[in-house]
Amino acid sequence: MIGLGSGGEAPATSSDAARRGFDVSFEVNGEPLNFRLDTRTTLLDALREHAHLTGTKKGCDHGQCGACTVIVNGVRINSCLTLAVMHEGDKITTIEGLGEPDHLHPMQAAFVEHDGYQCGYCTPGQICSAVAVLEEIKAGIPSHASVDLTSHPELTNAELRERMSGNICRCGAYSNIADAIAQVAESST
Amino acid sequence: MKFDKPAGANPIDRMRVVGRAHPRIDGPLKTSGRATYAYEHKDVVANPAYGVIVASAISKGRIEHMDVQAAERAAGVIAVVTADNAGKLGKGKFNTAKLLGGPEVDHYHQAIAVVVAETFEQARAAAALVGIKYSRKEGSFDLVEALKEAPLAKDPNSPDKDAPPESRTGDFQQAFSRAPVKLDELYTTPDQSHSMMEPHASIAEWKGDKLTVWTSNQMIDWGRSDLATTLGIPKENVRFVSPYVGGGFGGKLFLRSDAVMAALGAKAAGRPVKVTLPRPLIPNNTTHRPATRQRIRIGAAHDGHIMAIAHESGSGDLPEGQPETAINQTRLLYAGPSRLTSMRLAVLDLPEGNSMRAPGEAPGMMALEIAMDELAEKLGMDPVELRIVNDTQVDPEKPDRPFSQRNLVQCLREGAERFGWRNRNSNPANRREGSWLIGTGVAAAFRNNLLVPSGARVYLGQDGLVTVETDMTDIGTGSYTIIAQTAAEMMGIDMEKVVVRLGDSSFPVSSGSGGQFGANSSTSGVYAACVKLREAVAQRLGFNSAEATFEDGQVRAGNRSAKLVDAVHAGELVAEDTMEWGALGKTFQQSTFGAHFVEVAVDAFTGEIRVRRMLAVCAAGRILNPTTARSQVIGAMTMGVGAALMEELAVDKRRGFFVNHDLAGYEVPVHADIPHQEVIFLEEADDKVSPMKAKGVAELGICGVAAAVANAVYNATGVRVRNYPVTLDKQIAALPVVA
Repeated sequence: MIGLGSGGEAPATSSDAARRGFDVSFEVNGEPLNFRLDTRTTLLDALREHAHLTGTKKGCDHGQCGACTVIVNGVRINSCLTLAVMHEGDKITTIEGLGEPDHLHPMQAAFVEHDGYQCGYCTPGQICSAVAVLEEIKAGIPSHASVDLTSHPELTNAELRERMSGNICRCGAYSNIADAIAQVAESST
Repeated sequence: MKFDKPAGANPIDRMRVVGRAHPRIDGPLKTSGRATYAYEHKDVVANPAYGVIVASAISKGRIEHMDVQAAERAAGVIAVVTADNAGKLGKGKFNTAKLLGGPEVDHYHQAIAVVVAETFEQARAAAALVGIKYSRKEGSFDLVEALKEAPLAKDPNSPDKDAPPESRTGDFQQAFSRAPVKLDELYTTPDQSHSMMEPHASIAEWKGDKLTVWTSNQMIDWGRSDLATTLGIPKENVRFVSPYVGGGFGGKLFLRSDAVMAALGAKAAGRPVKVTLPRPLIPNNTTHRPATRQRIRIGAAHDGHIMAIAHESGSGDLPEGQPETAINQTRLLYAGPSRLTSMRLAVLDLPEGNSMRAPGEAPGMMALEIAMDELAEKLGMDPVELRIVNDTQVDPEKPDRPFSQRNLVQCLREGAERFGWRNRNSNPANRREGSWLIGTGVAAAFRNNLLVPSGARVYLGQDGLVTVETDMTDIGTGSYTIIAQTAAEMMGIDMEKVVVRLGDSSFPVSSGSGGQFGANSSTSGVYAACVKLREAVAQRLGFNSAEATFEDGQVRAGNRSAKLVDAVHAGELVAEDTMEWGALGKTFQQSTFGAHFVEVAVDAFTGEIRVRRMLAVCAAGRILNPTTARSQVIGAMTMGVGAALMEELAVDKRRGFFVNHDLAGYEVPVHADIPHQEVIFLEEADDKVSPMKAKGVAELGICGVAAAVANAVYNATGVRVRNYPVTLDKQIAALPVVA
């Protein structure tokens, strides 16, 4: 059990839940985790402060920067905008689950090769987004940049840049990130 | 080691490792989420408590009463620290406003309390329970009004302390009145926010009277010193640790409230405390780039030669603050016998203004390089040619003082060629593609090269690894990698044999990261330490160190050779040195140069601006690593697009604060705003600047970009906007008739 230190009965009311914590279980990077959490805990803080997976970053804590992007049941979300207790039974992939320093995911390796980062703080979110973006295009999900809503979206530079625009990189590595994603996209098609 | 004469041939010149495009050695950690930033040192600090800052809701005045009882009684709360119970605090040398306010409040969102609790959620909830009664005072919040009474201000960084506040060469007034072609315009740049992705954050832990702070800071020694000053404790009792910095851009040059409040909170709580600034506090709680109003006058002969140039800038700051030195580049960039530059500094009660990427030159070039574009049009000259005609190889104010190396003209010519400048239509609003008006613009880039003393310690271990320790920081700049390259080159080993440890005040004091001085200064410090280590190795091996060469893990002298590791059979070797700088920076003007070329498309109906192409050509001495240097430049170009088109802290002039204080309101460029960017580095090695023969590029890259964008917009539309950012509302009413 990860989370609030004190034990106790299962909560009877919502105010008790806030005080004693609320039990929630979900899978992170293939590992089942059980938490007892303050109900106000975001998924982001559950990962960072309770599961000690600090690869997922807090840049703004209210959905403006994308640094906290994780993949939940195959879909990327801002983990700062969702409470941990809403994720009972979910399967969550964080940057740590994509690859390890000596065994990088192809997207992580492409970011290194193309220098698609500088300070590195937005990078986990960029990479999680990039992995999910390629899946979104494969699945035929349209974007603002898609030519029309009925045909399958093309893997164009404009599509990639539009879909990545929720992930801010203040160091300004965009041009290199675009090259990194394009390389992975080409090698996987 | 003191660098006081031009560098001769040295081991760096081999450029077997230095100068190569090596990927960042910290890349695998950063891309896999394993690099530990300030708030994340879970391995060294177990079970920290959480501090949340309470910030002032007024910009100027006094706290009459603060009721902390409800917060103290709230679930999980361990301590509440305010100015009432924090004890006597000093103010850091580099801080203008104090970092814990109360009872006097100096600016909006100044920290006035920290609430420490078992969990972040508890601390945040309790912080909202602190009741505060203020008495608000009127303040000065309007730069235009405040500048009417503002006195002249000296450049605080000028080496000549006796220099008059106005710099005059020749007789500007007379020369300007005689000039056949004249420009006299006012340009404005807004307040801007660094908006680095990692918020300021610190974990503080006391052990007895010793304090360790894991933090996010560009300048370890400044921060450590100022924290000691603030807390009134000896500097030796403070350790500052910052191995990874999630962006800074000048916003993390100084001690900020996160570190102070973490230290005070940890003391009160009796256990380690971590504090991060919530994003919406950052623009008002921390520093920003101050707004400027800049009058530029240029008088030129018909052939384009500048006869007279004047640049007068006004900015504001809190009492005892500093001017934004937006006139810096105008003293050096273009020739012209009659010159006048000056600054005025108004008192404003807005948050503290301070350095942001290329302080001075970034906003100064935003104005000057539009002025040059306007002058070219008045002359009927190509703007590239106008800049070339006015090149100078000497300091225009002191003609006996040459530039150490100045290839501005080559940057402009090379850029014009690569960009296809000759195809440009210089008549604005004459190129259409469908509903888009297309335009191109150019600007020079200019930023001075600064030299800062920098130390390092180097070990040669019995495992054959060379370990470098320095308190230098890597804020995304590539310090880890270029320092490893430097040590590998000096010791004649592969990069894989070098371990680099940064950002810890227990290591030798370095230049730190700022003012684009970090790369050249810090690698020069590593060079100096490696020279000493080479001497120690040669001595152990019985070689004459002057003739020893270090290559491929071998040391050779004459016809003798030995393995490098043979030198450590008797035990590891350690060497430490600091690079110090002689007078070459005064004898020669040391600067970096470049040219920016931009193509934009402007929607003929809505005025929406899209950047389509960007090219930078840079001349900045030896490029230590083309990969990381290029990234510095494209990042700076991106920030320049932000400055041109969107970035502006909106001032509430009644209440005195920046209204758009988060990443939704303060817009910065996103992926969709930035096209593919091209960067070319001219091949240079400047022997007057350091043994590395390198200069910086991180700030050069932003200088001039915004003006190149603005000039391209003008070329597309024929509407000249002199008040940044160039947003569509400023031009839509004047766009050409399209239907």
